[in-house]
Amino acid sequence: MTLISNYSFAMTFHSILYKSADVIIKEKAPVAPDFFVDLNLDQIINAITSGKDEYNLKPFYYTSLKDFDSIMYRHEIIQDLENSVVFEDIKSFAAGMKAMRDDLVQKEKLYYKYQFEQLFLDSVKIYCEAVKTLGKELSEVNLKSQGLLAFREYLKNYIQSRNFTKLCAETNKIISDLSTIRYCLIINDLQVEVRKYDSENDFSAEIEEAFAKFKQGAVSDYMVEYSHHLTMNHVETKILDRVVLLYPDIFLDLDTFYEENQNYTDKKIVIFDREIQFYIAYLEYLVIFKQKGLKFCYPEFSKPEIGVYDFEVFDLALSYKLIKEKSSVVLNDFYLENKERILVVSGPNQGGKTTFARTFGQLFYLANLGFPVPGRKAKLILFDKLFTHFEKEENIQNLHSKLEDELVRIHDIFDGATPNSIIIMNEILTSTTLQDAVFLSKKIMEKIIQLDLLCVWVTFIDELASFSEKTVSVVSSVVPENTALRTYKMVRGPANGLAYTLSMVEKYQLTYEVLKQRIKS
Amino acid sequence: MKAFLMFEKTNFSMQQKLAWNEEALIQDLELNTLFNGMAQGDDFIFEVAKKAVLSGVYNDVNTILYRQNTLRDSLNNASIIKKMYKISVEAIKSNNKSYLSEFSLVYPTTTLQNAVGVMQLFVKFLQQLRTIADNHSDNFHSEGFTMLFAMLKKELDDEFFTRVKNHLQELKLENGILLSAELGKGNKGKHWILHRFKAKRECWFRRLFPKKSSSYTFSIYHKDDRGMRILSDLKGEGVNLVANALAQSADHIHSFFTMLQTELAFYMGCLNLHEQLTQMGEPTSFPSPLAKEQHKHSFEELYDACLALTLKQKTVGNTTNVDDKTLVLITGANKGGKTTYLRSIGLSQLMMQCGMFVPAETFEANLCDSLITHFKREEDITMKSGKLDEELSRMNDIINHLTPNSIVLFNESFAATNEREGSEIARQIVNALLEKRIRVYFVTHLYDFANSIYVRKLPNVISLRAVRQNDTSRTFRLEEAEPQETSYGEDLYDKIFLIN
Repeated sequence: MTLISNYSFAMTFHSILYKSADVIIKEKAPVAPDFFVDLNLDQIINAITSGKDEYNLKPFYYTSLKDFDSIMYRHEIIQDLENSVVFEDIKSFAAGMKAMRDDLVQKEKLYYKYQFEQLFLDSVKIYCEAVKTLGKELSEVNLKSQGLLAFREYLKNYIQSRNFTKLCAETNKIISDLSTIRYCLIINDLQVEVRKYDSENDFSAEIEEAFAKFKQGAVSDYMVEYSHHLTMNHVETKILDRVVLLYPDIFLDLDTFYEENQNYTDKKIVIFDREIQFYIAYLEYLVIFKQKGLKFCYPEFSKPEIGVYDFEVFDLALSYKLIKEKSSVVLNDFYLENKERILVVSGPNQGGKTTFARTFGQLFYLANLGFPVPGRKAKLILFDKLFTHFEKEENIQNLHSKLEDELVRIHDIFDGATPNSIIIMNEILTSTTLQDAVFLSKKIMEKIIQLDLLCVWVTFIDELASFSEKTVSVVSSVVPENTALRTYKMVRGPANGLAYTLSMVEKYQLTYEVLKQRIKS
Repeated sequence: MKAFLMFEKTNFSMQQKLAWNEEALIQDLELNTLFNGMAQGDDFIFEVAKKAVLSGVYNDVNTILYRQNTLRDSLNNASIIKKMYKISVEAIKSNNKSYLSEFSLVYPTTTLQNAVGVMQLFVKFLQQLRTIADNHSDNFHSEGFTMLFAMLKKELDDEFFTRVKNHLQELKLENGILLSAELGKGNKGKHWILHRFKAKRECWFRRLFPKKSSSYTFSIYHKDDRGMRILSDLKGEGVNLVANALAQSADHIHSFFTMLQTELAFYMGCLNLHEQLTQMGEPTSFPSPLAKEQHKHSFEELYDACLALTLKQKTVGNTTNVDDKTLVLITGANKGGKTTYLRSIGLSQLMMQCGMFVPAETFEANLCDSLITHFKREEDITMKSGKLDEELSRMNDIINHLTPNSIVLFNESFAATNEREGSEIARQIVNALLEKRIRVYFVTHLYDFANSIYVRKLPNVISLRAVRQNDTSRTFRLEEAEPQETSYGEDLYDKIFLIN
């Protein structure tokens, strides 16, 4: 009974990315979502996948999850991978698999049989060792995620299978046989004699010994580096042909092995090697932030009416640059509770408004990929669609119809949006008169309020900030002692377009009171 | 193979740690004059002398006595020492490191042939050393030289020379080469090793009756240029290790000669200096170094060797006994020999501690673990830090490095401000040093400071005064006497006044 019930609980391993098998079937090669550029997610994904081109990981980052279970599946796996032992196990496995592929790529470039057969043999050896090592190492750690537990089980069975054990044994036998070969060359003028090694003395050792008494310390290295093309030249092949004659049995075994083991890798293991990089790449990307003391958390998921928040959140793309430039990173907090749905962001230029809007979008998107997100503590929602509308670079040819384009675009957004969608708008409607802009903005705001969805709206129109109980006004803050100094930190507060300008006037001592004293009569 | 002429059991390292305040010592005690006097134009001796003198504070009494004995031997056998030094210099010069040329770095066979050439020269110089050891070792009695000659006789025996000559002959590779290899990646040859052919007779025997494990032979077509190039590369790879081993061995022998040159250079410097001082009629003697705890300092006819070297004539010496004193206050007339006295104190201490003779008729002192100078500096300083500021900053640095057995030499310190302030600063500092029993020599014009210490009649304070007797002689003896207010020179006052 126990056995059967245990078996029924054990999940069959499909993919380390998706819990259920059907998602995998649906997967086609997706393209980057429309909002990627607006939110600088393209930069983030480029940084994450840099150096990992061979895995072709980007499509994985283009597909956000739609259900809570799938997100939990990934959270668990990442939590397992946060155990540095597990992480390193996977890393060395990946390194092994890469070395195996490198061997096979090189092998394809070779024509001389005894050369490519040896590389093939080497690749099998690397594969066997990588798989066995991973199996052994995973069996020694405490895993909690369904995904890695199922994979471990699969790996265990594979390693114990007859095919795999036979493959390993044969590989080792031939490698060990080849390593026993030591041959001699006697080169005299143009004649080359090849024969087995007959325990002749090492001349260099004798030289070293004769002069050992003079050793005073480290000396230079006079070894000449020979750049070895893997491909043999005609003299080398002639030599090896004769080595083969000296050891015919060993090379016959090599021939047979090559022919019998052409498809030696396991498909699921090869796929795992690629897919696990989806997590590894992200975790490696986070290191630089964590070193700077920036925090990441696993978000909770709720519904808009219950409220959302994140504390100490930051823009990943911008912070990545700032850290590289050794500048400091600005953290922001936000929350929406009760009826609040819409963050209306206003304040001085270069005050961090756009960054805030992007941060918000990145946060929700990464959360919906199943990743831990920037911030100390976060409660977010599972969105069905994410829309962004950022002011585009002005295109002179198109200036005339810009307003029209914008409105069409906004209309499209409303067509697709549901109460579970998120809209992020940045400085829109700038190509028309203020009166028009106010009028249109109010209309759009009514729509948004009607839809009851989450929205961040960066705008210069103060009126939007206090539009209804669903809107919350957020402004970029200044340092209290020096009002001219911007913090790039966004805080709740009434919209006041003049605050910043006034502070600049004070800084340069040009206010009315100061000017009265400065200007001598 | 080591020479061990400087230390009983270690090499003299050119990279060793020097006194933390080496720059200040060189400047304040004019040590470059000493080093030049020792070097006599040999840059190598200059560097060794500099390292030896400035690392002396780390030597113990045994090391000093060990070097004194070695130096005695050197003084008695000056011509042999010079000959050995010359051999090491010429050996090093003969090795132009031709195996290092760009050309040879591509062809190990070239490296090998060049290294064989260098080795043949080295062997010649090694034989010269061995001859000296054979002929002169009886004239040396110090531990250092006795060991060196014994080692040369033992290591450079006839068997060594025979063996080396055979190796060098075989490495000319006149009979083809024998290599072995293993299978590496892609079954390419790896771990190429050059072997010696087994004894010739066997070779001949094998040719007549080849073993069963047959061999296979092929030839490169004589018009196959590429094939010939490949074959030459193969040979290169084969001799790579041996070429490296021989070139490195050549380097080792080169280092051996450098080491020998280094250890001899110090004594060469001492010989040079001794010759000059003796010519001027200046006395020299081997000092009695005492343990640090002993607090002794007495000497007869101590003079500043650097001043003598500069003037190229005999100078006036001083005789003092300050065995139980902690503070030596020095006041008196300008140009009265105060600074010269202070320098002779510092210089003799450094010379004793590195194992040299000292410029005095007799000399006895305990070792110190740091000799520190705080001299008034004449040079301009930046706008940022004022002169007093700079002096105090240096003082701060000194306090950071101060150890219980330090000797501190002050030369007109804290005179950059007015006398009252300067005296107060000096008093505060000197009183602290007195209490901590740090030996201090303080040359000063700050009468307020000097007198306030003197009137306390402390048993561990002595006051010396320079007396100007006539205007023509340059240096004067110092006498024990109370500080004198009149010593405060009007010139000096004007100078400071103008600066301020």
